[in-house]
Amino acid sequence: MAWFTRQKPAREQGSAGEQHQVRTEGLWLKCDGCRQVIWRKALIESLQVCPKCDYHFRIDAVNRLKLLFDGPWETFDAGLYSTNPLGFVDSKPYSERLAGMRKATGLSDAVISAGGTLAGRPVYICVLELKFIGGSVGAVVGEVVTRAIERAVAQRRPMIIASASGGMRMQEGAVSLMQMAKISAALMRLDEARLPYISLLTDPTTGGTTGSFAMLGDLNIGEPGAQIGFAGPRVIEQTIRQKLPEGFQRAEFLLTHGFLDAIVRRPEMKSYIAAALDFFCGPLQ
Amino acid sequence: MDSEQTTDRIAALEAELAAARQVQAAHPWQRVQLARHPKRPHSLDYIQRTISGFQELHGDRGIADDPAIVAGMGFFEGNPIVVVGQQKGRDTKQKLFRNFGMPKPEGYRKALRIMLMAEKFGRPVLTLLDTPGAYPGIDAEERGQAEAIAVNLREMSRLKTPMVVVCIGEGGSGGALALGVGDRVFMMENAVYSVISPESCAAIIWRDSSKGELAASALKLTAQDLLRLGLIDGIIPEPGEGAHTDVDQAAENLKRTLRAALAELMALSVEALVEARYQKFRKMGNFFTEVAG
Repeated sequence: MAWFTRQKPAREQGSAGEQHQVRTEGLWLKCDGCRQVIWRKALIESLQVCPKCDYHFRIDAVNRLKLLFDGPWETFDAGLYSTNPLGFVDSKPYSERLAGMRKATGLSDAVISAGGTLAGRPVYICVLELKFIGGSVGAVVGEVVTRAIERAVAQRRPMIIASASGGMRMQEGAVSLMQMAKISAALMRLDEARLPYISLLTDPTTGGTTGSFAMLGDLNIGEPGAQIGFAGPRVIEQTIRQKLPEGFQRAEFLLTHGFLDAIVRRPEMKSYIAAALDFFCGPLQ
Repeated sequence: MDSEQTTDRIAALEAELAAARQVQAAHPWQRVQLARHPKRPHSLDYIQRTISGFQELHGDRGIADDPAIVAGMGFFEGNPIVVVGQQKGRDTKQKLFRNFGMPKPEGYRKALRIMLMAEKFGRPVLTLLDTPGAYPGIDAEERGQAEAIAVNLREMSRLKTPMVVVCIGEGGSGGALALGVGDRVFMMENAVYSVISPESCAAIIWRDSSKGELAASALKLTAQDLLRLGLIDGIIPEPGEGAHTDVDQAAENLKRTLRAALAELMALSVEALVEARYQKFRKMGNFFTEVAG
């Protein structure tokens, strides 16, 4: 039989190759910033910051909390579930989408509200979870964050909100829109109580999230390279019919234009916040 | 029949009419079209018919005057009032001048400046919402569109003076809400108020911005929807086929609502007012169940 008619055992070969690839991927990965190959373990040790080019990889809400708290933390209001006020259906019903997200993330919605100590000082921290429908803010996130702020007022503790969010949640329509006003009003009370609010803007923070609580910090702190803006880049390009300049809506752009107090690298974030709270509340005794 | 009885009778008939209209409720997409109707009355049309001696005040005292927001002072039935509204243009020249009613950060900052002035002199504020959204442009982002909106939301929530909000046309997301925090929030019958435009919503879901009609239904953006969701306090009826068919009557209806709202609000202490405003927005969006955990 001629060699070219011979049947190859293609299946086995293919799957063996795949397995090999998976193993490599587990150990090494390519940096999204500098395209260089980096050792995954080195990346984990450097808090998901590229050791070669300082590119900040996105981290999830739990890892963000690990980064900021001294040890274990207490969570609040983790049992709130959206009741789908509009009965919204897109490519699949919103309630199904929610169920899938809950299974994938182990969260009831796109936020973790937590309390614990940061460099020895009791604080409340809310972190938005980008993996949960793009960290979008609907009735549940609005309520959980508002409760956290009210708790900070009642307990007289500093409030920190780390945003990673595409904005308000389309699937909850005007209900989610009003959460912008609700959270901002709660921050007004925190402000009246003269308690510190530190807003941490991470990649990406856009839309109504930036247009409400993320921009209202006593300190607005960005992570290097984070995309921060109100309107989406594509919407702007369509409106003005021009290409956007390099670095537009990056943290550095916002710093230059006066909307961030500082850009702080992830490894220094905790000590930076600790020092700021020493300034606001007085050093710990 | 004395005049009071007549007024009551008129109110009853209008309620009946509104109920009758409900039955043949227009499709949400028709409402969107009405809200954007080329002849739809804009902020200045209402101001002209509602406020006497209106003096427009310009500029954010920082960078510019934004024509997409008109702000000023005047008198409503003899009493001083401050009015701030998003303003669209009617012909091409006016549309460009008003930037299609899409405010820039300096517009929101002007609005806040004038509202703080109202607070200082103890004057009530009427805001009129009518915008497709905050302007999405490079300059607007550079000057802090997000920050300007955020600050307005926070500051309006503590402004120590009565505030009445009326969405007269398009309530375009955060760009509208930036003037939309008040003690009473109303919508004109054919106004819409939404987190995203139906076209943009359709572009996200179906990758096809021409499916706005479907998205308009899904978004629940009509006045009736918002009332049902507990997000507004009432609906101001529109005459005939819509406000554009009888602008005088539409303004008359707005006046009646404003009169009643101000009578209630002016009787409250500013402390009670600000507390009630907080509670009002605090309760918005109680659409969740809670399980212990």
